[in-house]
Amino acid sequence: MTMGITQQIIMIAMVVLGTMLTRFVPFLVFPSGKQTPKYIQYLGKVLPPAVFGLLVVYCLKDVRLFSGSHGIAECIGVTTVVLLHIWKKNMFFSIAGGTIVYMLLVQLIF
Amino acid sequence: MHENKAALHINSFKTQNPMNKRNQIWMAFRTAFPYTVPIFAGFAFLGMAYGILMNSLGFSAIYPILISLVVFAGSMEFVAANLLVGAFNPINALFLTLMVNARHLFYGISMLEKYQEAGKKKWYMIFGLCDESFAINRSIDVPNHVDKSWVMFFVTLLNHCYWVLGAALGGIFGSFIKFNTEGLDFVMTALFVVIFLDQWMKEKNHISSLIGLGASIVCLIIFGGSHFIIPTMIAILGLLTLSRKSLEKAEVKTI
Repeated sequence: MTMGITQQIIMIAMVVLGTMLTRFVPFLVFPSGKQTPKYIQYLGKVLPPAVFGLLVVYCLKDVRLFSGSHGIAECIGVTTVVLLHIWKKNMFFSIAGGTIVYMLLVQLIF
Repeated sequence: MHENKAALHINSFKTQNPMNKRNQIWMAFRTAFPYTVPIFAGFAFLGMAYGILMNSLGFSAIYPILISLVVFAGSMEFVAANLLVGAFNPINALFLTLMVNARHLFYGISMLEKYQEAGKKKWYMIFGLCDESFAINRSIDVPNHVDKSWVMFFVTLLNHCYWVLGAALGGIFGSFIKFNTEGLDFVMTALFVVIFLDQWMKEKNHISSLIGLGASIVCLIIFGGSHFIIPTMIAILGLLTLSRKSLEKAEVKTI
C-alpha cells in the first residue's frame, strides 16, 4: 500500500462522489415539483427495455468467442434460462436452473 | 392512468392509523423479499469475491465493509480496489467512476416518476439505485393493496445489506472458503435475462428491446468490453429519439 490513510479516504470520496452524481443528477435536474419535459418523460418510458438489453450484454461482455471455451457454457446457460422461463414463467426457477447448469458446465466440463 | 390510481392509493395510506401503517410496511417487506432472493445469492458471492480481493491486496476487513456501505456499486468497487493500490490521482478516479457508472443516468430518468411518490425514502432509494435495484424496481408487479414505494425501498435496502454482508464475510473469512463457487456469478446474468424476457413478453412492440440489444452488441464488437457502455448509451439515445414518432404513435394506438 503506497497511499496514506488520508489519500485513501480522498480516493474513496471521489468514487462515492462520481457514483452519487450519476445516480442523483436526473432527480436534481428534473425535481418532482416541476413539469418534466415531454422528451424526458418519453425517454423514461422507452429506455427500460433497451437498458435491460444493455445489462444482459454487459454481463456477457467478457465472453471470448474465438478462444477458450468459445462461450459455449454461457450460451447453454442463457438458453436454459430462456427455455425454463418460457416454460414455467417462474423467476426463481429459471434463475436457479440456469445458474446450476452453468456452474456444472464450468466446473466439470470447461 | 395507472400512475393516477397509484397516487390515489398512496394518499389513502396517509389517513390510516399507525397500526395499519405498520402492517402496510410489513406487507411491503414481505412482497419485496422474494424478489431479492436471487440478488442475495449473487451479492453474497460477488461481495465475497470483492472482500477476498481486498484481503489479497493487503487491506483489512474494515475496508471492504466501509467501501461497500458507502459506494454500493458492484463493478465500481472492483475498479476502486485497483485505484487504491495505484497512484494517488483523485481527478482520474472521479472521471473513471463517472465513465463506469454513466448508465445510472438512464436508471434515474426511468425512475423519475416511480420514485417521486416515495417522499423522504426517495433519497435513500436514489443512493442505492444499482443495476439490480433498478432492474427489480422497474419490473416488479406489486399487488394493488401493497404500498409500492415501501416495496421499492425494501428491495433497495435488502440489496444493500446483502452486498455489505458479502463483502464483510469475504473480507473476514475470505481465505478459509473451500466450497467451489466457480460460475455462481452467472446468477446476475440469469437475473437480467429473466427481466429482459419478462419485458419482452409483456411489451406490444419490441423496438426498444431490440435497440438495446443491437446497439450493445454492435458497440461491444467495435469498442471492446471496457469501453462500450458510453457509445452504447449514445447509440440508444439516438435511436430512441429517431423512433420517437413511431413509438408514440404505437402507444396511442394501444390505449
